[in-house]
Amino acid sequence: MKSATFSPGRPWLGLAVSGVASGMCYGALFVYEKEVMAFFTRTDGWYPLLPVLTAFVFSFTHGAFTGYFWEVVGVVAKPVREQVEE
Amino acid sequence: MSPEAFITLEPHSIVFLLIVGFIGGLVSGFIGSGGAFVLTPGMMSLGVPGVVAVASNLCHKFPKALVGAYKRYQYGQVDVKLGLWMALTASLGMWWGAGIQQDIRRAYGEAGSNLYVSLAFVVVLTIVGLFVLRDAVRLYRSGVAEETSRLARWVQSVEIPGTMVHFRVANTRVSVLFVLPLGFLTGLLASTIAVGGFIGVPGMIYVLGAPSLVASATELVIAFVMGLGGTFKFALGGMVDIRLAMLILLGSLFGIQLGAIGTTFVKPFMIKVVMATVMLIVAVSRALVLPVYLTQLGLASLDPAMMKMLERTSFAFMVLALAAGAFIIVGAMLSSYRHA
Repeated sequence: MKSATFSPGRPWLGLAVSGVASGMCYGALFVYEKEVMAFFTRTDGWYPLLPVLTAFVFSFTHGAFTGYFWEVVGVVAKPVREQVEE
Repeated sequence: MSPEAFITLEPHSIVFLLIVGFIGGLVSGFIGSGGAFVLTPGMMSLGVPGVVAVASNLCHKFPKALVGAYKRYQYGQVDVKLGLWMALTASLGMWWGAGIQQDIRRAYGEAGSNLYVSLAFVVVLTIVGLFVLRDAVRLYRSGVAEETSRLARWVQSVEIPGTMVHFRVANTRVSVLFVLPLGFLTGLLASTIAVGGFIGVPGMIYVLGAPSLVASATELVIAFVMGLGGTFKFALGGMVDIRLAMLILLGSLFGIQLGAIGTTFVKPFMIKVVMATVMLIVAVSRALVLPVYLTQLGLASLDPAMMKMLERTSFAFMVLALAAGAFIIVGAMLSSYRHA
């Protein structure tokens, strides 16, 4: 773990792109909250797939953002060969 | 589901979901499961109906498990083949467990169902938790490497032609006739107390002989499959509150990545320490509410003020369990970093 300083080697672009994508997903969910809830709780046709597909989309966008976030702040995994052995 | 079943989100509810999501994610990323036992009653305390709370929790669980499993796969800790074999019967166990729950609710009402769930919590978590704790203390004191249990060595020695499978990452070769019932029990427990990993992870370690790092990582594959199936089942009834699920996910994806990174810093026996601590505190929490359900069934008598106090104390212990788990993980990570 290293302290967070601006370093060109860190994935700032990935963080920005995934951050915008994640922000847009959450923005859309809450700006259109009423419509989302009306459609996502319907039980006919293909509507039950909406919560599942949405969860996948959020896991990719927000998952990428959180991954880049820890990398940018310097919290990264130890390389396998250095990991603690009992 | 009527629109009244879905709450209006207040700022304090959002903050609660984000914080519990983060801590639950941190514990899940480290030990393979956790968070659900606080999130479901927590959402209910915000006014969310029980079934919507369960459905929304499942809808955040599978994307969280997906991200956690991917992260730990990158560290070489996930045995995908073992996870998929276990998930096969875990889904059946979940389905069967849900049926038992329905039968108990029909016969003994809500209080009977709550008593059954709490008893399952207390019995399973006390027995398994004490066993895991004893092992963790032994490893800590002796300083020796994690070794295969006597039971796992016997399981590995049983040759049943046509059923033997080699699980490369878990470094074990066993008959699937041992793997499948373990998966079934994991699903059964998941449908009863919402945390199948409390059977799945110790089962993979002590019955199949998988290292604890691999077992806790592989549990995320099982959680993904069970969560995905469960979400779809509840979505067919229109019971998922996607706002709640995605708010929990917002915090939990930060947590699960941190927990996964943490596994590369600490000694493997720390997985057992955290798991045993969480399990035993949760067992105490559920033991505290047993008299409440017995009173509701007319088998004991407590005054209402006492019942309320026991319920509140029980929930506080649930939160304590999660917080203690997170505290140990962060402490172990910091300590390991300082000594690096």
